[in-house]
Amino acid sequence: MTDSNRWLLPEGIEEALPPLAERLETCRRQLLDLYHRWGYELVMPPMIEYLESLLTGTGSDLDLQTFKLTDQLNGRLMGVRADMTPQVARIDAHSLNRDVPTRLCYMGTVLHTRPDGFAGSRSPLQVGAELYGHKGLDSDVETIRLMLETFRVCGVGNIFLDLGHVDIYRSLAADAGLTADDEAQLFDMLQRKALPEIRTFLKGLDAPAEVRERLQALGELSGDTAVLDEARRLLAGAGERVGRALDELSAIAGAVQRLYPEVRLHVDLSELRGFHYHTGAVFAAYVPGHGQELARGGRYDDIGRVFGRARPATGFSTDLKTLVRLSGQPLAAAPRGIFAPADPDPALLDAVADLRARGERVIQGLAGQGGDAVAMGCDRVLARDSKNQWTVTDL
Amino acid sequence: MSNETLTIALSKGRIYKDTLPLLAAASITPVDDPETSRKLILDTNLPEVKLVVIRAADVPTYVQYGAADLGVSGKDVLMEHGGEGIYEPLDLGIARCKLMVAGRPGATETEGRLRVATKFVNTTRRYYAEQGRQVEIIKLYGSMELAPIVGLADCIVDLVDTGNTLRANGLVPLEHIADISSRLVVNKASMKMKSARMKDLIQRLAEAVDQAAAAA
Repeated sequence: MTDSNRWLLPEGIEEALPPLAERLETCRRQLLDLYHRWGYELVMPPMIEYLESLLTGTGSDLDLQTFKLTDQLNGRLMGVRADMTPQVARIDAHSLNRDVPTRLCYMGTVLHTRPDGFAGSRSPLQVGAELYGHKGLDSDVETIRLMLETFRVCGVGNIFLDLGHVDIYRSLAADAGLTADDEAQLFDMLQRKALPEIRTFLKGLDAPAEVRERLQALGELSGDTAVLDEARRLLAGAGERVGRALDELSAIAGAVQRLYPEVRLHVDLSELRGFHYHTGAVFAAYVPGHGQELARGGRYDDIGRVFGRARPATGFSTDLKTLVRLSGQPLAAAPRGIFAPADPDPALLDAVADLRARGERVIQGLAGQGGDAVAMGCDRVLARDSKNQWTVTDL
Repeated sequence: MSNETLTIALSKGRIYKDTLPLLAAASITPVDDPETSRKLILDTNLPEVKLVVIRAADVPTYVQYGAADLGVSGKDVLMEHGGEGIYEPLDLGIARCKLMVAGRPGATETEGRLRVATKFVNTTRRYYAEQGRQVEIIKLYGSMELAPIVGLADCIVDLVDTGNTLRANGLVPLEHIADISSRLVVNKASMKMKSARMKDLIQRLAEAVDQAAAAA
């Protein structure tokens, strides 16, 4: 590194300057207020914790995304959180240990080893909400509603909601009796919708013809909600677990469409990329003009088992920085304010304190400083009037 | 990428030439010729469909980030890119060739670490890892055949079509890595948000591919 590029930040690590930082903070407050009104309690999971607790039950993708370092106190490996959801699940299972449905929300920076997504950020500002202790349509729909409300608060419109279900693929793969290697290979091909490769792979598979046909059909089961009826036909005979999953999706789709008729629904029964620990209905949100998903969520029952308590769970998370970038709301104009001259008069101090107490933004001039009130971004000044009182006058 | 338009990314040369008949079967014909036009975005007979003609290795990147809704990309490029965030629902059966290890006869039977020159660094590493063999990879951008001749590498990993260039330089194909053909690649978000349009296009392209295969 030379002297001239000392200011360079690591790749994918960014800072927020005014007025963007102000905007992020406004959205942050509005979202936490929203979650508060919906009865979600704020938790602040630690930035760093031991790997065993951070990565338990979350799969190898999250492991690769996690920065690791050694705790100098005891030599154990620690990880910087790459996803807060498993941390919040641990809080619910171990620390809170309640018997009633628990609603938690969180917001904070996470760190990724590899840039993912457009423009390659490695430090998203993750925000999300999770609902523990209820299994069923009500909690699935509440989570989706709160995600859609999150977009509304941030001024992100024109939403496409993609619905899927982890159980369908799991059940079909179990019927085929795949080895772990084969399963991983098929999973990868399905995530790429590489239909020609899937066909070749299934041909070489030692499984009943109808089982292979169902797996082949799965790769093409995407489209509007009519796909659910098509799936019932094509996957008939695949067992009760698949039928139940399709019923759940139909119910969720119906409920969302009634509440948010403007949201366009899409169903994709093989889309499982990024759902590391999920177990049931899953969803993701897209907006036109953004080639990647905006938010994702879904059911991940029993992740808390390793922390002593298996509980039904569902939730969503998104990146506040992405939301603000896609927001249709204009950035706030540069804040205005009142300029107070550098003057030792105690009456001026009182006047300034009084104005600030009323919520005004007052910038105190400093003795000998350069630049006038306008240069300091103010639209008004404090000045002595004819009666020698400090009063606010427009510039 | 907006809701109305459909942007298709193609690469110049063989892929472009071989894709045109397939697009024509889907009622899409370009108005401009990329060989003569200086425009970067080409219009087609359909006002909402645009073509961008870019470097072959850039096609997956354009599609992954949604700068293009779909594209045509060689399997070699996709294997090297990794295909993260892209769908590849259709084998177009065009621009066929083979990805092979080539070198002087017996070149790979040396003791110790094999030095392999290639532009397909990730694919080569994966291939030899599966073989259980540790190799040194030398990244080159072109004229692979030169590397074994001047002693830069023991062998090369490259696309082989007729094999004429290899033969002319005293090299032979040694190992077959993969059969290559061009795939239709689709952006994940576009597939969901323009689902009906996209499915129709894929369906028509698939029919054109089947007809071409039947005719061949």
